[in-house]
Amino acid sequence: MTALPDAHGPKRSWWKSNQQALTPWLFLAPGIFMFAVYVIWPIYASFQFSFYDWDGLSPKKWVGWGNYQELWGDRNFIISLKNNIIWLVLYMLAVPAGLGIAIFLNQTVAGIRIYKSLFFFPFVISQVVVGLMFAWFYAPNFGLFFKLTEWLFGTGTAVLANPEYATYGIIVAGLWPQIAYCMILYLTGLNNVAPDQIEAARLDGAKGLKMLWYVVLPQLRPATFIAVVVTVIGALRSFDLVSIMTNGGPFGQTRVLSFYMYEKALSEYGYRMGYGAAIAVVLFLIMMVFIAGFVWKMVRDERGH
Amino acid sequence: MFPRPIAQRSHTAQWTYQALLPIALILWLLPLLGIAMTSIKPSSDLAAGNYFGLPSYIAWENYWSVLFDFDLWKYIRNSFYVTIPTVIGAVALSCLTGFALGIYKFRGNLLIFFMFVAGNFVPFQILMVPVRDLTLQLGIYNTPYALILFHIAFQTGFCTLFMRNFISALPRELIEAARVEGVAEWRIFWFVVLPLMKPAIAALSVLIFTFIWNDFFWATVLTTSAETRPVTAGLSSLNGQWVAAWHLVSAGSIVAALPPVAMFFLMQKHFIAGLTLGAVK
Repeated sequence: MTALPDAHGPKRSWWKSNQQALTPWLFLAPGIFMFAVYVIWPIYASFQFSFYDWDGLSPKKWVGWGNYQELWGDRNFIISLKNNIIWLVLYMLAVPAGLGIAIFLNQTVAGIRIYKSLFFFPFVISQVVVGLMFAWFYAPNFGLFFKLTEWLFGTGTAVLANPEYATYGIIVAGLWPQIAYCMILYLTGLNNVAPDQIEAARLDGAKGLKMLWYVVLPQLRPATFIAVVVTVIGALRSFDLVSIMTNGGPFGQTRVLSFYMYEKALSEYGYRMGYGAAIAVVLFLIMMVFIAGFVWKMVRDERGH
Repeated sequence: MFPRPIAQRSHTAQWTYQALLPIALILWLLPLLGIAMTSIKPSSDLAAGNYFGLPSYIAWENYWSVLFDFDLWKYIRNSFYVTIPTVIGAVALSCLTGFALGIYKFRGNLLIFFMFVAGNFVPFQILMVPVRDLTLQLGIYNTPYALILFHIAFQTGFCTLFMRNFISALPRELIEAARVEGVAEWRIFWFVVLPLMKPAIAALSVLIFTFIWNDFFWATVLTTSAETRPVTAGLSSLNGQWVAAWHLVSAGSIVAALPPVAMFFLMQKHFIAGLTLGAVK
């Protein structure tokens, strides 16, 4: 940016000649300050805390890699890690499912707008409420799902009380709003697919899945990218549903890292902040792999402009 | 258009589609409909095993009971205390950061931008121990300020991403013209750019309102008492008291869900515009 042509001759002040360089920093200052205090510094501090034994009140005690060594042998940590992987893999179903519903709804019939909004509805509701809704749905003896399994197999399954199925039950609850989110991303994407390309492909005899794969999906790539990003983050953030639906049980089989960290750091049997911080660091590093990938792609797009 | 418009297909196909739509919708919203139905059933219905039938009468007293016997109204009030200042704060801060990053080319611009973007993705747990500690030291633990300050700071990440992309898509000629006229930079922000940002401000406000209203994790970490806890955390503790009194759990859930739902239906266009930012090139 070149400097302004000088209109006032020698009278112009220091501020006037530097204002273009200084203004952005003045505008950024409050935002950067808040973000540094509440996001950047805490990340660094958590890394530090993870090398201490600390109950939150008495002086911290340095334990080096002790917390991490303990993690390695902690059965509950391994269960949480395993569940996180199950979450990540199954949560990805939200992307194709959202695309499917978006394609189903991408029509122009009377009232379709209302249908689209109502399909999107689950995303607007708090996860706490979603968790309660599904807890009702799975409830033993009278829950809709329990009745359904009873009718199909003779004996009903109380999903959330069953250590083998409970995690899957929670993931299904999480998928409900996540599919809605992916759906709205794809509906917007489909709205912007170039009609001439579709028509041209149609004249060439493309239709159905072939059309979807070779003509439509490549144009939906920005939507797919965002859908994948928000789904990965959603899967790794899965705290609310676990806390509401099972509180980690039965027998601790539904814990995930985000929940286990909270449980350890603020447990009723004494706060273990350092150990909690170590769990958080592991979760953070897993997330970092994805964040680095996303940011790398975004930087590349940004430079490409 | 993809898929092929249904109007170009046979009558049978059109008829089938029209019939499938409501069926699919009912199946999709089944958990919600179940809860809504349960919330207006008297407890005697549930005791008698009437779980799926119509209520014997519409029991508005469930709503009365959760709101006033169990003080849910207080939690709702607390949620507003936290949510409204957060929306104002985060939107204001990001108008500033978005303007700085969207208009000026300077060294470190992209770096700062991606710091905000990346920070927005981090798991909350990595922030939990230090933020809780900081909140205690500031003496605002278990007050609305604990949540407001944290939420403003954290949401600034997402809001900056949003505002910066919105502002850099504005026509640059406007700003250049103002500069040639010798207009001061802050006046350019206030009189030229800010009026053009109204749609972005509206979209962000509804989104942030919903995000903050629905936050549960920080509500449980930073507040403890009924006097300060937002409704998500309040509902969770009430759920413990209600032990499977499903008519109360349902009524409470519906009440807690209403404000963001109302916001969504009133401001639908802005909401979706905000959420799908970047989904199209």
